[in-house]
This record gives sequence, C-alpha cells and structure tokens, in this order.
Amino acid sequence: MDIHEYQAKKILAGFGVTIPRGGIVYSPENAENKARELGGSKWVVKAQIHSGARGKAGGIIVCNSELEVAQATDKLLGKKLVTNQTGPEGKIVNRVYIEEATDIKKELYLGLVFDRSSESIMVVASTEGGMSVEEISKQKPETIIRSKIEVAVGMQQFQAREIAFGLGIEPKLISRTAEAITGCYRAFSELDATMVEVNPLVISNQDQILALDCKMSFDNNALFRRNQISELRDKTQENASEVYASDRGLNYVSLDGNIGNIINGAGLAMASMDMIKLAGGAPANFLDVGGGATPEKIVKAFKLISMDKKVEVILVNIFAGINRCDWIAEGIVQALEKIDIKVPLVIRLAGTNVEKGNKILKESKINYIEANTLEDAANKAVKALGK
Amino acid sequence: MSVLIDKNTKIIIQGFTGKMGSFHAEEMIKYGSNVVGGVTPGKGGSKHLNLPVFNTVKEAVDSTGASASILFVPPAFAADSAMEAADAGIKTCVAIVDGIPSHDMIKIKRYMRRYSRVQKMTMIGPNCAGIISPGKAMLGIMPGHIYKEGNVGIIGRSGTLGYEAAQQMKNLGIGISTSVGIGGDPINGSSFKDILEKFEEDKETDAVLMIGEIGGPQEVAAGNFAKENMKKPVIAYIAGLTAPKGRVMGHAGAIVSAYGESAVEKVELLRECGVKISKNPSVMGETVKSVLEKK
Repeated sequence: MDIHEYQAKKILAGFGVTIPRGGIVYSPENAENKARELGGSKWVVKAQIHSGARGKAGGIIVCNSELEVAQATDKLLGKKLVTNQTGPEGKIVNRVYIEEATDIKKELYLGLVFDRSSESIMVVASTEGGMSVEEISKQKPETIIRSKIEVAVGMQQFQAREIAFGLGIEPKLISRTAEAITGCYRAFSELDATMVEVNPLVISNQDQILALDCKMSFDNNALFRRNQISELRDKTQENASEVYASDRGLNYVSLDGNIGNIINGAGLAMASMDMIKLAGGAPANFLDVGGGATPEKIVKAFKLISMDKKVEVILVNIFAGINRCDWIAEGIVQALEKIDIKVPLVIRLAGTNVEKGNKILKESKINYIEANTLEDAANKAVKALGK
Repeated sequence: MSVLIDKNTKIIIQGFTGKMGSFHAEEMIKYGSNVVGGVTPGKGGSKHLNLPVFNTVKEAVDSTGASASILFVPPAFAADSAMEAADAGIKTCVAIVDGIPSHDMIKIKRYMRRYSRVQKMTMIGPNCAGIISPGKAMLGIMPGHIYKEGNVGIIGRSGTLGYEAAQQMKNLGIGISTSVGIGGDPINGSSFKDILEKFEEDKETDAVLMIGEIGGPQEVAAGNFAKENMKKPVIAYIAGLTAPKGRVMGHAGAIVSAYGESAVEKVELLRECGVKISKNPSVMGETVKSVLEKK
C-alpha cells in the first residue's frame, strides 16, 4: 500500500527525521491561511498524488505570496496529473500540501528496500539527489552507496556513519545525517514498510538535514497489525476496478488489451495471459480468483469483468484441484444466470472431474465456446474477437 | 527415493483441529501420507481423526518421532509456528498460508541460523501448494491424482500452474519423483536453488522442471547453480511475459523492480546458463519429453 508524501513525512518526523514545516489543505482559502500561519515569504505548493515525478508534471509550484499560494492551490485541486508513473489516465489531486520553502545547499538520495537476494534491508544512497534512482544508476552509478542491514540486530551507528561519510558530508554534520538515516531505517523496520525513499534528502543553508520529499510503501500482508497505517489508504489514488476487486478478495490488475480473463492462481493467470499474447491477442486484465476457486468468487469475477468496457471476449481458465470441475461449472452457470454477458465467452476447465464439469456446461443454456488446453483456449479467444 | 518426503515420513499437522487442517489432513491420509498426529495448543491429550493431538510441537515430536509438519495456521501466527517447528527438530516444514508479512519471513530465516546445516529445518513456502512425491506421500493441498509416479522433479512458485505442468506430463506418460511448491512470496523458506541441490543428489530424479515467474533473483541464481554444479538437465518456463513493470501480479513476489526480473530477461539469462526453455506454458510437458529423449 502506498501513502501520500505528507503522511510519509509525518511518520518520519515521529522517528526523529527533520522535515520542513507544512500542512495539508483542501481549499484555496485553507491554503492562504496555512501560508500565513507558517510565515516567511516563500512557500512550496505540492499536489498530493501517489506518484513521483510530480514536479515535471506541474504538480509542485513555488510561490512568493499568500495570494500565489491560494492561486496555485486552486489550480491543482481537482486536477488530474499525468506523470511518467501514473499512466495516461493520471491521478486526481484531492489534497494539497503547503510547505515552507527550504534554502538548499546540497541534495542527496536515500532509499530503503528489501533486498530479495540477501533477504535483508538494503540502504541505497547517492550524492545525486533529485534524480530518480533509475537515472542515477544509469548516469552516475559510481555515486551509489549500498549497505545491507542485518534485520535481527537493526542498523548500527557505524553503518549510518559509513553511509554519511560515503556521501561526503562535512564532519560537523555527520551525526545529524546518521540520525536521519537511522530514523528512516527504524520507520521501515518498525512499521512493516517495503520501501522508504527520501529524494531529496537535503542539507539546508542553515545546516539542517531535511527530508524534502518522501515516498513510503507498506506490506499489504502486515496491515492487519498496522491499523494506523491502514487508515492512511487513499482509494481515490487507486484504479476504481482494482479497488472494487481488492474489496472482494480478488487479485486484479487492469491492463490495456481487450480479452478479459478469469483464472485461478496467479501463476496460471500470468501463463494464460502469455498464451493470449502469443496467440496474437492482448489481455484486458490480470484476474486471479484464488487457487481454490469457489463459485462465489467466480460470480464476483464475472461482475467485475462485465463492468470493463474494453472487454470484447472473456476467457475463463480454471484448473480445479480439491474444488472439482463439476462444482466450478455449476458456479459458472449460476453466475451467468445472474449476469448478462454480451461478448463471446471461452471456457477451459481442467483437473478433477473435468468431464462432469464440461457436461454440466454443455447441458446448460449458456452460450460459450469450449476449449481443452491452454493453447486451444487462447487461440479460440483471439479468434472470437470481433464476432 | 524422492526428495524431502517419502511414504515413511512421519507427518504432523500444525493447526490440526481447524477446518483447513482437518480437511487437508484427511486428504493427505487418503493419499497414503503417514500422518501421525497434530498440534493445537490447548487441545493436547484429545483425539482428532483418530490421531493424537498435542499442545506443542516438541511433545508431538517426542511422542511420535515426526520429522515433517504442515502449517494450517492464520498468517499472523505462522512465523511463530514455523519457529516452533524448527526448534522441536522438525526437518521439513511446509507453510501453505498466503499472507505472512515479509518482515516475519526474514525473522524466521534469521532464527534458523542458530542451527547447523545438518540440524536446520527445510522450510517450504509460504503461499504454496506444498510437496508431493507421487505414489508415496503428499504434504500439501494439491489434487494427488494428477501426478504420475516417475523421475522428473518439479519446482514451482505457483500452485495451479504446477498442476497444469503435472497434467501435461501425465498425458505424455511422464512421471514425477517429487514436486515442490516454493510459493509466490518475495521471501520464501527455500529457493529454486535449494531444491535443485536436493534433486541433483536424488538417484530417482533424471531431470528437473522449474516453473518460475517475474520478480526477484531466484530463477537466475538457480540457473547459475545448474550451470556450475549440475549434471542433470534443467528445463524452465517463466510466466509473466505480459506483466507490466512495477505491478504486483497476484503473488506478492511477482513484481518486476530491477534488471533481470522480467520474464524476457529471465529467459535470456537462463538460456545462457544452458537451461532448456519451454517457450510457452502449453508445451511444458513436451519440452520435458524432448529433453528426456535426448538423454
């Protein structure tokens, strides 16, 4: 789960990381008051969407008067921002963050992620803050410092110091920088995060070490024990169909193609999508109803796919194990009695009691194309396009 | 022989008296697995499915001599149960459960560092279908009848895609020594490489099929291991050709975040290691067949 910049900063502040003063606003009047409250003569108005690269998309505006702050907020609220991370549909700005401007002496990059090969938490840092980590690794790979942290004992002070010295920080600021790095590590490990990225971490002209921008993601599997994090979820930043699906226990990812598919198991779903592509088609979605597909889940899946206007053909591929094909077939028949599907439907059943399952489908009133193998199913789905 | 489990392996069920535990215990017993009891804290001393229930894994191991266990406990308690199994001397522990936090998986793996290589438990999963040595024993939730007994090892992340492979092979008359589901999570108990090592040593395994997917470094690490250390042929299929970058595809671990993690890149890197690639998921069985014929 992703959260907004201002939420991530507030979390980091709780772990002793210094952040610029600021506040969240929902209207231009709000914004003007907030600027006045913060004081000073320069502010940054930041659109809060779940994406990086907001600056290039016009989502970050520097202002020199309270009036400008109000105008900038007016411009951003309700706007859809398209960045290189949001996809062409963009993300809507419902909240704006007003922050005091910082005089920047130096910009650094600091990121923490799980390293899957060493199964530890990896800190990645660079002197080239402000660029994305992908850009840094392409253009200035020599500036990247990596440090693996042993999770059983946590980050040691020397490790934080080593990173700080590696970044060329002047000696009097080393302990302050190390504190910021340690704070980020603690937030990561104590809140079940999967990613913490402070970009840039800056040294101000006043020699403060500040988290100027921050992104955090959390492990969905750990949200049950992180109520305060779960409450930060902003569904307006997620694809509506994906929210609908996740609320109903379905694993769904919306894609660009026109062949909708309903499959049990993530691996089989990816494999079926591969077959669709190899047959010359394009999947409209990834949808895993769970390895042990139940008729209830299949009904929900049909509902979800029937809402997607891109879909011109539906491919159902279920490998039944413990849940026998005859039971699954009855589920499909029931689903289609409730939901009117107007596009061609290809169904492939496999596994336990497959003959019984196919017999139930054949003897029902549903209009469908039967397929026997993965390949057969993909070919028939592509062939059914435009019919 | 087979790897990890055979017909003599004594099995206990952790979370025995729950709905899932009871159902799958019965399925395993029907298949012929040697289930000797189970653990449900607080219900020790009673009987369930005509087998003894214990309060702790230690008591269960002391009393039955069990060496394998399977977890049917909710994700929040799974790490605790896995560490309890390791401490009690269980040798093979399968975690079926989907939804264990990554931080908990790391904790389990760090905990197990206290044991020497010989003493250390092999953890399989989480988020997997388990292990089956066809005709011998099943320590998992798969439909046993689709697996034919034979000499090919299978290692896969996905449950149902593994079933697909087993059925394709059965239709071609190819049998399986053991099939191991290592699960779809980013941090898992055993990697592809860990299981390849076991298959290389197993006298009844002639070739190994790896069913991988996008995300993480494990498939390529296994390819490198096969190139350096294996005499037996390895065949692989990698799912997720159409998966967009940066999106989680159902399995928590199925996300492309670095070079070498997409399906196309993994296939290329595996080919360089001499691994035979099944070019699409409907020819996994045929690809295995062609490799066996060449041997």
